[in-house]
Amino acid sequence: MSAHADSHEHFAGTNKLFISIWIWLLALTGFEVFLGYIQLPVVYMLVILLGASIVKAALIVAYFMHLRFERMNLILTIVPALVICICLLLVFFPDSFRSKNLRDERANPPTTESH
Amino acid sequence: MATEAQAIVSDWGGGVHPYRVGHRKLGMWLFIMSDSLTFSALLMGYAYLRASNVWPTPFKFYPSIVFSSVMTLVLLSSSLTMVFAVSASSRGEKSKTRKWIIATAVLGATFIVLHMIEWNHLIAEGLRPFQLPEEWTKLWPGSTPLFGATFFGITGMHMFHVFTGCIYLLVVAARVNKLNHEDVEISGLYWHFVDLVWMFVFPLIYLLSIHPK
Repeated sequence: MSAHADSHEHFAGTNKLFISIWIWLLALTGFEVFLGYIQLPVVYMLVILLGASIVKAALIVAYFMHLRFERMNLILTIVPALVICICLLLVFFPDSFRSKNLRDERANPPTTESH
Repeated sequence: MATEAQAIVSDWGGGVHPYRVGHRKLGMWLFIMSDSLTFSALLMGYAYLRASNVWPTPFKFYPSIVFSSVMTLVLLSSSLTMVFAVSASSRGEKSKTRKWIIATAVLGATFIVLHMIEWNHLIAEGLRPFQLPEEWTKLWPGSTPLFGATFFGITGMHMFHVFTGCIYLLVVAARVNKLNHEDVEISGLYWHFVDLVWMFVFPLIYLLSIHPK
């Protein structure tokens, strides 16, 4: 960090570095499309695709958006708050599964008792 | 004691320039934070609906997935040209900066055109925001008509961001002689953010809804 801190007018990172980041992003995208081509079960797909997407997002934010070369203050202001807010949105999922169960029950009502 | 206090001050860099970025750049970062929450909420809403319904998976590998992969390639390349623009701007090469920014905007416009063609196919098949094509309701009985709402809502919101980004970039390209380096960098932040959002939209909307063979 400190090596870059004194020269903030200078745009850190060489074009070579950015091209290699671009190639990484393309490779990860190609990997994702390949997974779609061979058609894994949807849960595996979801986990692997989300993982690859988070890696891609991190590469874009760190290098293309230059955040890695900014002050730690700025990074700590932006990243943790966002991560926490987005994770908090997961609170809706139990309700989503509940309404799926309700729908399934109505489609196939239990035979032992009628309401 | 004095040196210790100075050490703390320099560690945290508080006082006059806590972030050592201009107020406009900080403003763009704050906008990006709020905008990423907008997209997270949209994608989470999509996930909520998908987990609680029978969901159609209509995208054939060819043409839909191949097409959207090309769109991803275009958008990723536009991010690279934007980085070149910012890096040229940091060296003070104004005309080079302008050329790279215009290249970025052209790639962005290409993305929009490709996406419009893709939308057009789906609309021709009979997909509407609250209605599935009849063929799909036969293939996936009981599936929710909200597929169209999430698809058009999320990709439309993203396309709107690409569209405004193109206009923003063209304005920056036109005024590049009057703007300083940080202004160019800020427009780059916005453009990379639009690219970043697509890195989630493409796998979640397209790759998770591939038509079974």
